Amino acid sequence: MNTPSATAGHAATPAWKEWLYTTDHKRIGVLYLIGSMAAFGVAGLMAIIIRLEQMDVGMQYISSGTQYNGFLYFHGAAMILAFLIPGLTGFAANYFLPLMIAARDVAVPRINAFSVWLFYFAIVLALLSFVIPDAPDIMWTGYPPYSITTAANTSFYVFTVHLLGFSSILGAVNFLVTVIYMRAPGIGWNQLNIFTWTTIAAFVLQLIFIPVLAAAVTLLLFDKYLGTHFYDPAAGGDVLLYQNLFWFYSHPAVYVIFLPAVGILFEILTTMCKNQVFNYKAAVYAGIWGIVGIAGIVWIHHLYVTGMPDWLRLGHMVTTLLISVPVGILTLSMWGTLYKSAITYNTAMMYAVACLYLILIGGLTGIPLALPSLTIHLSETAFVMAHFHFIMALFAAFALFGGIYYWFPKMTGRYADGGLATTSFWLNFIGVNVTFIPLFIIGVEGMPRRYWDYQMFPQFDGMHEIATYGSFIVAAGMLLQFANFIYAAVAGKKAPLNPWNSQSLEWTHTQSPPGPGNFIDDVVVDENWSPYNYNKD
Amino acid sequence: MRLLTATITMATTAMLSTQAFAEGNLANPPAAWEELWNTVMLDITIIGVILAVAAVWMLFKFKATSPEQVGTAKKLTAVQAISWALIPAAIFMADDFYLAAKGWTVWNDYRRVPENAMEVKVTGYQWYWEFEYEDGTVTDELVMPVGQPVVLRMTAEDVIHDFGLPHYRVKEDVMPGRITYIWINPIEANETIVQCAEFCGDAHSDMWTSVRAVPQAEFDAWLSASAEESDFDIDEWKASWTKSQMTAAR
Repeated sequence: MNTPSATAGHAATPAWKEWLYTTDHKRIGVLYLIGSMAAFGVAGLMAIIIRLEQMDVGMQYISSGTQYNGFLYFHGAAMILAFLIPGLTGFAANYFLPLMIAARDVAVPRINAFSVWLFYFAIVLALLSFVIPDAPDIMWTGYPPYSITTAANTSFYVFTVHLLGFSSILGAVNFLVTVIYMRAPGIGWNQLNIFTWTTIAAFVLQLIFIPVLAAAVTLLLFDKYLGTHFYDPAAGGDVLLYQNLFWFYSHPAVYVIFLPAVGILFEILTTMCKNQVFNYKAAVYAGIWGIVGIAGIVWIHHLYVTGMPDWLRLGHMVTTLLISVPVGILTLSMWGTLYKSAITYNTAMMYAVACLYLILIGGLTGIPLALPSLTIHLSETAFVMAHFHFIMALFAAFALFGGIYYWFPKMTGRYADGGLATTSFWLNFIGVNVTFIPLFIIGVEGMPRRYWDYQMFPQFDGMHEIATYGSFIVAAGMLLQFANFIYAAVAGKKAPLNPWNSQSLEWTHTQSPPGPGNFIDDVVVDENWSPYNYNKD
Repeated sequence: MRLLTATITMATTAMLSTQAFAEGNLANPPAAWEELWNTVMLDITIIGVILAVAAVWMLFKFKATSPEQVGTAKKLTAVQAISWALIPAAIFMADDFYLAAKGWTVWNDYRRVPENAMEVKVTGYQWYWEFEYEDGTVTDELVMPVGQPVVLRMTAEDVIHDFGLPHYRVKEDVMPGRITYIWINPIEANETIVQCAEFCGDAHSDMWTSVRAVPQAEFDAWLSASAEESDFDIDEWKASWTKSQMTAAR
């Protein structure tokens, strides 16, 4: 049962049943991957519609502003809640974290299966909101009073958040217990992969902050459908209560996405550079846990123009600027890992290098936004939108795609590298720059977010047009990318068990793909072992 | 604990008020914004160029020459490791506090309302703006005399909007049940716009109107003309709504 060859004896069970009833963390990881990529596809299509509509002044393709708002809502909500978070903490963590600590599965496999099916129910619920009359048009932020007074049906949004929240909390407990109790004998805390550290940091954030989001949206549901007045100032409520609760979760949620992406980036960098992590302990304890420590005290920077008291705005200006310290230390570790390394270039490494670029531009454009005195103009402009796409959306998506190329031989026994992969990488990389650099520029000049029309700014027409062409390039790149993944999984070049010569346990001790129970023999490491131990002298 | 909180609050308030209401010439927030923006851009460009050059150099310099080659970086000693954390942290923090101090000063320009400011009440509706002048005149555009600082006391009737003035480099949310303020200093005659900058539904993108700075005489004439004939008719506005706008308003 614990050997890969034993699976042959189970051939009688139909494949669909094996996948439906599976409690194997690797299959659950693949289920997360399929679900999150489907969400990415639909939400990506919405992005193209959004860009098409903004290509020219006036109404182009939509039939009403509300219809456009529905697309914008779905794009944001699905990309964050159904693509990035499940892709990183669902797929990548599920498949690879137990392998990295040489565990045979997660602590509670059945709960893990429950998590992934909750995620699927949530996706179905989110998609159903397109079928019901009056689709939600409240943006993923869902600010009241609009989200209460709108004629749209917002209950599906609230229930989707509930289901995903449950799924994430169960996953968080499961993975924290797994890392604390199920590491193979000999693996100490300072020998963990950076990806393991970033994943548990992300899950600690989920565990602390999700209940606050759940409370915020539940009160929204009560206000709209049960006639309560939590957010209704006319009856003693407060409109800003929701925004405070929402961002108290949703700012840490940015790190729930950012941190595992950083983890994947380190795995690719160290393996392809054949180097140890530069200043490992600083990266882990000051970088990763520094971000966790500061995550819960910066949320007012999302409310810089809501009339919050001045002392709160200036206080959060200082804490927000201080994010540069842990992020800076992580950045130095990335840069230091390149120093005196031996770099092999392949598709995964190309995505990793693109991530270095994205974290630089995305991170540095966050600094003006940390200052309320600049955000008083920049807030709610395309500049903000371009900034968070760079640092959160693109950085995390590029890290995730890089991770898929990196781990593809482990999951399928085949390489996904090749001409298609290289072409799609360049299309994606060029495309995102052509899309978002113009938006940075017109954002500073005052182009607002969430506008389908901009007749007051006809001079921005050209930049919008360029941005739209950029989105076409990304679309072409992504289509090629997925064609490449499907082709490579079936007919890609066969890869050896450890094609990149990595020192990490998921490469050195498992089959491709690993069989049930992951490891043929029990794994024991000594105190000199490290997943990054390339230079033996 | 309560004492501690009170002390901190008082100290902060005292600091803020001395800073915020210090005597000085009439500020010009958009100019201060541009100056601060240029400072921050220079700051992040320097950091960005240093890191970018270092990365590009290393990415070319340390290419593996054979598949068996491994990196030769040595493990840091304890002193090196601590230095590589504390020194960069100190540099980043120094930069943070430098920018925070600059930002704080400009913030005070934005929040310190001149004593001679003319008050205009602003109300946001789905999807139009309404302005009420000190004499009770209600208009659908914002007109100001050149050289006259204007403070806008703002609220909303239905949902959250945001009074965004890109030309004056300022915006603030406009909310039911709360009053917020911004002030602007129209130093030259011009015609610009105010746009809604907080998502408010179907016609969010169309919620804009003109903002004009005109000579005093022209302003006086405009105000008395506006007082006589209220050229803004809500019923007429609503009759022009599309079906989806009406659905959304419901």
